Amino acid sequence: MLRLEGLEIRQGDFALSADWALSDGTICAVMGPSGGGKSTLLAAIAGFLAPDGGRVSWNGRDLTGLSPAQRPISILFQDNNLFPHLTIERNLALGIDPKGRLDAGRRDRIAKVLERVGLRGMEGRRPAALSGGQQSRAALARVLLMDRPLVLLDEPFAALGPGLRMEMLDLARTVLAGEGRTLLMVSHDPEDAARIASDIVLVDARRAEPPKPAGPLLADPPLALRAYLGR
Amino acid sequence: MAAGAVAITRGMRWPGGIAAGLVLALTLGTLGAVAWRAGFALRLGPADWAAIRFTVWQAALSALASVVLAIPVARALARRRFPGRAALVTLLGAPFILPVIVAVIGLIGVFGRGGILNDALGLAGLGPVSVYGWHGVVLAHVFFNLPLAVRLILQGWLSIPAERFRLAASLGAPVGRLLEGPMLRAVAPGAFAVIFLICLTSFAVALTLGGGPRATTVELAIYQAVRFDFDLGRAAMLAVVQFALCAAAALGLRAAGAPEALGAGLDRVVEHHAPGGRVIDALAVTLAALFLMTPLAMILGRGLPGLAELPGGLWPAAARSVAVALGATALTLVMALALALRGGALARLSMLLPLAASGLVMGTGLFVLLHPFVSPREVALLVTMLVNAVMALPFAARVIAPAVAQAEAGHGRLADSLGLQGLARLRWLILPRIRRPLGFAAGLTAALSMGDLGVIALFAGDGQATLPLLMVRLMSAYRMEQAAGVALVLLAISLALFWIFDRGGRVDAAA
Repeated sequence: MLRLEGLEIRQGDFALSADWALSDGTICAVMGPSGGGKSTLLAAIAGFLAPDGGRVSWNGRDLTGLSPAQRPISILFQDNNLFPHLTIERNLALGIDPKGRLDAGRRDRIAKVLERVGLRGMEGRRPAALSGGQQSRAALARVLLMDRPLVLLDEPFAALGPGLRMEMLDLARTVLAGEGRTLLMVSHDPEDAARIASDIVLVDARRAEPPKPAGPLLADPPLALRAYLGR
Repeated sequence: MAAGAVAITRGMRWPGGIAAGLVLALTLGTLGAVAWRAGFALRLGPADWAAIRFTVWQAALSALASVVLAIPVARALARRRFPGRAALVTLLGAPFILPVIVAVIGLIGVFGRGGILNDALGLAGLGPVSVYGWHGVVLAHVFFNLPLAVRLILQGWLSIPAERFRLAASLGAPVGRLLEGPMLRAVAPGAFAVIFLICLTSFAVALTLGGGPRATTVELAIYQAVRFDFDLGRAAMLAVVQFALCAAAALGLRAAGAPEALGAGLDRVVEHHAPGGRVIDALAVTLAALFLMTPLAMILGRGLPGLAELPGGLWPAAARSVAVALGATALTLVMALALALRGGALARLSMLLPLAASGLVMGTGLFVLLHPFVSPREVALLVTMLVNAVMALPFAARVIAPAVAQAEAGHGRLADSLGLQGLARLRWLILPRIRRPLGFAAGLTAALSMGDLGVIALFAGDGQATLPLLMVRLMSAYRMEQAAGVALVLLAISLALFWIFDRGGRVDAAA
């Protein structure tokens, strides 16, 4: 279980607090106006920001002092999720072992994962030789290889068209959440959230609200969410 | 205030620490050795004061002339598009990797006793002019630094947004007073300060074209004190003076705002809405091109016949030069990379400090330190390599550090999330992303080291000459034809090394 205990983040005028828990296997959307701190919240959970107060824990283990790679977390950013100068196989190998070593067993694992995300035989390509959707699939494949229980998605599919984005979200749900992982994803689109999320965290007015069931929340949005959704 | 996560240990910090230590030892450490040898007593004689006065005066005159002459040339390049403009802009970058001593051969070919200028003057019935003396020193400095000044000022012109030119034109306002004047007031002091600093440390030009009581720089005086009088105390004292001069100039440069010297993107032309000035622009560009290209042509003109009678000892000297250049290049790249990965104030200081140091001061310090233990001649090439590596560091670091920062900004978080640290981070993230700048920096360093004539002149025995030193020896024996031949060989090797390294960074470099 992911638990944020009295988490406080301050950056100049900006501030954000969070105090809640997320049960395992949940797919949770993080919604709210731009600049509200959705990405900042994810960065703090992932370990890119040291919080000014409080702590982040996973199954009772305090993560606060750990580096991003030491946390039971994998994260996909808005862009730059693959090293453009490395082949897909090399990019994925770094998900298994940061030293990037490859042997027959690992090549085999990579081939299998690529097949699962629909990129069979693409090992030797560089990211630039893939389409945007294929690059997203390759990044998802690496998340699968890293095999961490908590996956953070900071709008990695935002640059894709609506159809492709839905496709990727479905894929993320099947291959990632299907294996019992917890998913925390920033979302701008209530449709995205309605499609795959069971819960929603609303980030607004310097606070990340505790997760609430998505269905009721979207059907009868509170004032802040209503303003954001334009209803 | 939220900070970056403390637990991220991105790169290795200790190699940068070692590099900083080496830089500090070679700059401040050698200075300390020199000061200790001098007994911390400054007793400057009349000749020393003359050298100090000349050093400052010629540097100021050279910098002023370079900047003033550069303004019309930069303006013409900024507002005119003409055939050969791109080639001329490229040529403006060439003096940086042109060995000083090679350029001197070209300048002597134009302005020297048997040069084409005196031939022309003779035909007109006018007396000959001499290139030796203070005016020769200034002439050579302007030859080297006019292109730099033009590039810096051109960059200033191109940094004025096109909208402002349009606005000024629509208002009918004078572009000069409204836009160009303020730009020049912002850019020119920095350009002056850079060139002043470069000319302060001039040794090779002063050695070949200057000399005598009226045209001796402090660097040349240090060399003479060590080499001819073996007066280490005096050399040490002068070294302290030289360091103080350079440090003061470097502080002045910081105050004036150090301009970006290696910037690209000079192929644009500003919008130009005011008519006129065509003749003066054409004149400025033509004169500048002639001034730069004639000596370069003379290097070829004098060098090609010289190839027929290359002196003995040429190829061993070439081999020594290449070995020193490659060693210095490897060391400089490792240091620049280590400092860039370390970051912080100490690394920044180490990247700048060599600008205020001089090769001769470092050489004198090492001479003082090594003298009791080994014969300086035995370690001449090693010391030269070390000093060349440190001297080239600011230029290499200025290319490499921003590239490392860019690689980290783009993909650092991804590397953090994967746990790429130390060598793995270097191998999979940094090195592949900085291949081009790394190749360019390697080319710069190799060319600078190939052409360096400084500390080697202080140390080398008979059998240890590098190509530039071989040239000086030939020139002082008045074997100008042979020297010109060697110059051509030196130039060819320098350019080849630059090309190979720069090319190596580009080939198969993935986006």
